[in-house]
Amino acid sequence: MGNPRSESNKGDQVKFQEELKDNIRKALPELDVVIGWCGSFDPLHATPHFMRREEDIDKLEISPLSVHNLATYLPGLRGKKVGIVVKGCDSRSVVELLQENLINREDITIFGFPCTGVVDQSKIKKALGGHTGNIEFCDMSESVIVIKSEDKAYTLPMAEMLADKCSSCRYPDAVISDYFAGEKIGNKGEEDADYAAVETFENLSVPERFGYWLKEFDRCIRCYACRNACPLCVCRDHCAAESRDPHWLSQENNVRDKLMFQVIHAYHLAGRCTECGECQRACPVDIPVLMFKQKMNKEIRDTFQYEAGVDPEATPPLLSFKMKEENITEKVW
Amino acid sequence: MPVLTGKELRIVGFLCNWCSYGGADTAGIGRFNQPTDLRIIKVPCSGRIDPLFVVKALMNGADGVLVSGCHPRDCHYAEGNFYARRRLEIMHNFLPIIGYEPERFEYTWVSASEGQRWQQVVTSFTEQIHKLGPAPKILGPEASDTLSLMQAAL
Repeated sequence: MGNPRSESNKGDQVKFQEELKDNIRKALPELDVVIGWCGSFDPLHATPHFMRREEDIDKLEISPLSVHNLATYLPGLRGKKVGIVVKGCDSRSVVELLQENLINREDITIFGFPCTGVVDQSKIKKALGGHTGNIEFCDMSESVIVIKSEDKAYTLPMAEMLADKCSSCRYPDAVISDYFAGEKIGNKGEEDADYAAVETFENLSVPERFGYWLKEFDRCIRCYACRNACPLCVCRDHCAAESRDPHWLSQENNVRDKLMFQVIHAYHLAGRCTECGECQRACPVDIPVLMFKQKMNKEIRDTFQYEAGVDPEATPPLLSFKMKEENITEKVW
Repeated sequence: MPVLTGKELRIVGFLCNWCSYGGADTAGIGRFNQPTDLRIIKVPCSGRIDPLFVVKALMNGADGVLVSGCHPRDCHYAEGNFYARRRLEIMHNFLPIIGYEPERFEYTWVSASEGQRWQQVVTSFTEQIHKLGPAPKILGPEASDTLSLMQAAL
């Protein structure tokens, strides 16, 4: 905490937050609602914040607790004038929604800011010994998180508490924005994508991989939080998971159907997923479901040199074809 | 008990109505010898095949899945197989992460006149699946062995 660098960074953060609030104040009269984040039931959590009146803006808080991808709300608010505060990863979901004509560009106002990463609540929970009740105090700097819970104080290194997607983040700044508060950090391109975790997993033997998923999905409770939190799962009442005709999944409680649902989810996101990680964050039993989507994205990148959520005008790779595919080698019999 | 129990594996084939199903027919009319592990499902076009059919088949007890359509540029619907090629290729490469060998699933093109080629495809694909052995089962009577093997592997 005594680190001068972290304090000056915190100063920057306060400065861009004020700038962001000014931006929202300027735009709010033209908008029905602006979505951001604010404090929640305890100092360790934030919650989505819907700003309709000027006084709501004061409650806006941007911090490493701003984990939610607010783009998930946009398709449901179609037709309204909506402002949205986005992290870099969230902005890619907005781009993807625009690309698929699920929202109208003229109806949304995007507020960007330079994101330095958000925490993974599961990691914090683990560091606190498995439960996060009675948080009395929480303070964050760039390097540490200080938490007081049930008369115990914890000092956790920020770098270890960041979500995995943040440590390898390539888009800290919004890729699309109408207002940008603070100074941009600088984005990297698709070629810097890091799929080391997927590659390590693929080096395991076949029974190890299969067994791993059977073990992980054994505790899935089929709550579909992964689907509901996903900004690109827009079928809502027409989801394949609940369809009876075709009957993709039974109502039984078995690992096969749980695993099958994740494959359906990953495949329906092929060439669309921006790896915002909402599925994994929303999972109440901490199943690493993001890995399927990362693998899918890795294949899409390697085969079609395409990355979702960067260019709203791009054509998704599975909606087009070439007579001769450069990167597809067909089997010779 | 059927004589082939234990010798035959379950392979599901999705064939397009216009080329590959005709090709399989031609092979039959020509009386070409073929292994009997393959069960054919006729679909209107290879573009009709949702790659999730492949996973669904594997998870429900198939040991291998073969998809066959018209040769590129020969699709009855002009471009169905071009879309299919992209989708199926992605699914083929995706399978290892779930824990299936990618070789359990292949897609190819056989025209209605290529009875010989059909025989060759079926024979070598069946061989390929027999080399891999039965796919891991999640449910049903064969599942208990696999599950205990998995637990041991972890």
